[in-house]
Amino acid sequence: MEVPYTSKPRPDTGLYNAKVGIWLFLASEVMLFGALFSSYILLRVNALEGTWPHGLLNIPIGTFNTAVLITSSITVVMAWASLKLGQFNRFKIYQGITILCALAFMVIKSVEYKDKFTHYQVWLKDGETIRGHIEVPGIEGKPWFMTHKKLEAMEAVDHITIHPDPKPHVASAGGEAPEAHKSENHGGAEEHAHEPRRIEKADIKRLSAFVPAHSTYFAIYFTLTALHALHVMGGALVMAYLWGPGSKMWKTDPERFTNRIEVSGLFWHFVDLVWIFLFPVLYLL
Amino acid sequence: MGDGHSKEDIKKHVKLYIGIFIALLVGTVVTVLAAYVDLGHKMNIALALLIASVKAFLVAGFFMHLTSEKKTIYTILACTVVFFIGLMALTVIAHFDVPTIAGSGH
Amino acid sequence: MQHTTQTAPHETSHAHEHHDLGFWRTYVFSTDHKVIGIQYAVTSLAFLFFGFCLMLMMRWQIAYPGQQIPVFGKLLEAILGETAKGGVMSPDLYNVFGAMHGTIMVFLAVVPLAFAGFGNYVVPLQIGAIDMTFPRLNMASYWTFFLGCVIMFFSFFIPGGAAQAGWTSYSPLATTIPTDGQTYWLIGMVLLITSSLLGAVNFIATIIQLRAPGMTWMRLPFFVWAQFVTAFLLLLAFPPLEAAGIMQLMDRVFHTSFFLPTGLMVGGQVADISGGGSPLLWQHLFWFLAHPEVYVLILPAIGIVSEIIACNTRKTLWGYRSLVYSALAIGFIAFIVWAHHMYLTGMGTKISAFFQTTTMIISIPSVIILTCLFITLWGGSIRFNTPMLFALAFLPMFGLGGLTGLPLGFSFADLHLHDTYYVIAHFHYIVAPGTIFALFAGVYYWYPKATGRMMNEFWGKVHFWVSFIAMNLIFQPMFAQGMAGMHRRMYDGGATYSGVLDPETGDVVGLPGFIISLNKGITHAAMLLALAQLPFIINFFYSMFKGKKVDDNPWKATTLEWQTPTPPPHGNFDKHIEVYRGPYDYSLPGAKDDFTPQTEPSHK
Repeated sequence: MEVPYTSKPRPDTGLYNAKVGIWLFLASEVMLFGALFSSYILLRVNALEGTWPHGLLNIPIGTFNTAVLITSSITVVMAWASLKLGQFNRFKIYQGITILCALAFMVIKSVEYKDKFTHYQVWLKDGETIRGHIEVPGIEGKPWFMTHKKLEAMEAVDHITIHPDPKPHVASAGGEAPEAHKSENHGGAEEHAHEPRRIEKADIKRLSAFVPAHSTYFAIYFTLTALHALHVMGGALVMAYLWGPGSKMWKTDPERFTNRIEVSGLFWHFVDLVWIFLFPVLYLL
Repeated sequence: MGDGHSKEDIKKHVKLYIGIFIALLVGTVVTVLAAYVDLGHKMNIALALLIASVKAFLVAGFFMHLTSEKKTIYTILACTVVFFIGLMALTVIAHFDVPTIAGSGH
Repeated sequence: MQHTTQTAPHETSHAHEHHDLGFWRTYVFSTDHKVIGIQYAVTSLAFLFFGFCLMLMMRWQIAYPGQQIPVFGKLLEAILGETAKGGVMSPDLYNVFGAMHGTIMVFLAVVPLAFAGFGNYVVPLQIGAIDMTFPRLNMASYWTFFLGCVIMFFSFFIPGGAAQAGWTSYSPLATTIPTDGQTYWLIGMVLLITSSLLGAVNFIATIIQLRAPGMTWMRLPFFVWAQFVTAFLLLLAFPPLEAAGIMQLMDRVFHTSFFLPTGLMVGGQVADISGGGSPLLWQHLFWFLAHPEVYVLILPAIGIVSEIIACNTRKTLWGYRSLVYSALAIGFIAFIVWAHHMYLTGMGTKISAFFQTTTMIISIPSVIILTCLFITLWGGSIRFNTPMLFALAFLPMFGLGGLTGLPLGFSFADLHLHDTYYVIAHFHYIVAPGTIFALFAGVYYWYPKATGRMMNEFWGKVHFWVSFIAMNLIFQPMFAQGMAGMHRRMYDGGATYSGVLDPETGDVVGLPGFIISLNKGITHAAMLLALAQLPFIINFFYSMFKGKKVDDNPWKATTLEWQTPTPPPHGNFDKHIEVYRGPYDYSLPGAKDDFTPQTEPSHK
């Protein structure tokens, strides 16, 4: 006893079951990401001046990742078209490229994440803020997830060394003046901006890597991109299944298999769609 | 999709898909470049969102076949869009509609 | 639609499949919508009782502050230790029980019972489908729900106890409260929401795609319509709460500040956070779900009541189309009324005027529905059996709950009534003697279909009358308490605020002694209500084995679920189903019986 309309469309709606299912699911996804976008807007209009960091993400890498995702979007639709034309081997190639693109996207995203976890902002008690990479005595290499609380707990440490960032590339010149400018102008530190600087532990008010706890901007950045990345992973798993063991269905029920590719493709396009908005909103504006 | 996906139709579609692919890549580059041009903060935001919307339309309309979908799907999505706009707009309006207290300068 | 061809189930095949599956696949990890429906129903009935027990103990504390809870006090101390020292409820435990009573009743009891339980069991049968569209997704939905339940339940026993910030979990309180219970609550909620979303997708797809030949939209039983709208509410309103849940989880686990404002003071010190968040954002996202959730609670109940009233008045529903359009209108407007829960947040007059208006508008379709159901009774030959008694009681109880909600919809009246017992009485009238009565009605009504046996009528009536009286004794006095200004979250039942002498006028201000003394009466009525559930529980299990055996259509009803063998086999129907008429063709002139099933062709 099979549930009807799994591969053939129902005559009066013109749709097969999975198509209705995936669109309903995507509708709820629209509300999920929509709520997060609404939160982004509210947090941003709510932000006090100078608390919404800007120009801290790597735009060339972000652009490249966007291109990767767009490429996967075309290959996913080409994979479906190949099946419609009965060319199973071409389907395998396109579907394979899609999966590789998904992996590439994830790798690039992890590199971006890692950069943020080892990159710091220090708020000094005299009001100055400095961004850069830090060295903490007793810790090899770049410390991860360091905070002022952890520093306080480390009794042997009385100072850190910071390598301040060069002036950041800031997109959207019309935006609010980036904080970095203010800090560089502060206390005539400009000429020493690139020199490593020793900072006494007692002078530090707050220290945070660019992790979610840094600010509401990074909080929403990580929430949105991590949720998006989970979708990428989920989609990649499904497509890998359909590329590998799941593709046996092509021999037994080609129509249903083509539908599966279409449905997984719809999900993938949605993931792409979300990124199309995430990229300018988080990286550029 | 459903109706009349003959092999000829699909072959025509493939050409369209490639065109859209190129348009999306161009759109991405334009967004990035536009962000470096100072048009005023609000205009920069509007332009970036406009380009993103056009790209989204291309993906949803053609890759996801929404330009030729069935009525049921349109109905579901129309409801979703209306409620999404309601959520976003009413929340933001509520944020700005705060009673003023004389002298507080809010 | 007549031309659609549905594969007629083969009588022989289901017998085979049934044997092949074995115990685990048949009863535990089943993909059959009926088994899943029963799993949902039993789990949520258990939580319904559990949630009620939490409240009983709280009621004791309200009526007799600081006194040992009889019978269960010692048990509580043995299980929970310090927070129930000497069998007395501590303030922390009171907060835990309060928060978890709300959460459990809404998310673990009433919604899963009304939507997932009855919906799963009845909807595919009523539309003539062999199962849900995505049976495996259905199973995943139940087990995700179950996992959420386990986490929620487990959180009672962790150090610090379960969530304490109310079922609304407002930040910053919920974020800064020093118990991990809130984190468990959030993880549990994310699972429950995911389960609801899977269920909602399945329901909508099933109703759109799997209607039997001839089952047009306007021939759907009203219960199916109610479930359809409910599923849409869940599908589109739940994701924002999921987003909010994820963000609050980030706040708690990764110390972000989504809902924490700059300069937040915790325990007399400025909190060590980045700040910049918005507590109101949580409230917006929470109520964007939680108001539609009210209609998620009530719509399936209205659906059940409509089925039972049509069947037991032996009349067609008066104004079927009005009912359908009203349900759709409710579903639509439900999305734009949420901020009427937030009048006291310093909302401006413009936005408040908007939400007051939409709130008043949404009462119109609700009144239309109630009116249609009342008019249906007119001139019917009513059979007063147990399900019908519950369904009939639903009408005035829901009416009371709804009408007392109107003052809360106006911001000026709400300023006074907000967060008082008046609010408690208002929404409990809708949910307790409203929805839960409808759910009892549904249990009595569909029980013979699921088991092949009737529940005992006499004990059913005892259950009804005692519950009905107790419910009103519990919730009526709360209106008075609320209007006198009694706050809903007071640990000592308002004793602290009673009889304060105003030094200037010499008057006694605060809560009058009479208002506080009502607490005792309410608590005793709640105990009576607990007692009244015993016949139901015994009846429920006893009748499974000893109840009166019945045929396939004991109520002589018209809809498709009564056209199946009892209990329905895997695959539901043993004959080809084709629908020729509307759902409520009772007492048609010239028909051979006083009911004409939907499968009866029109021309004879």
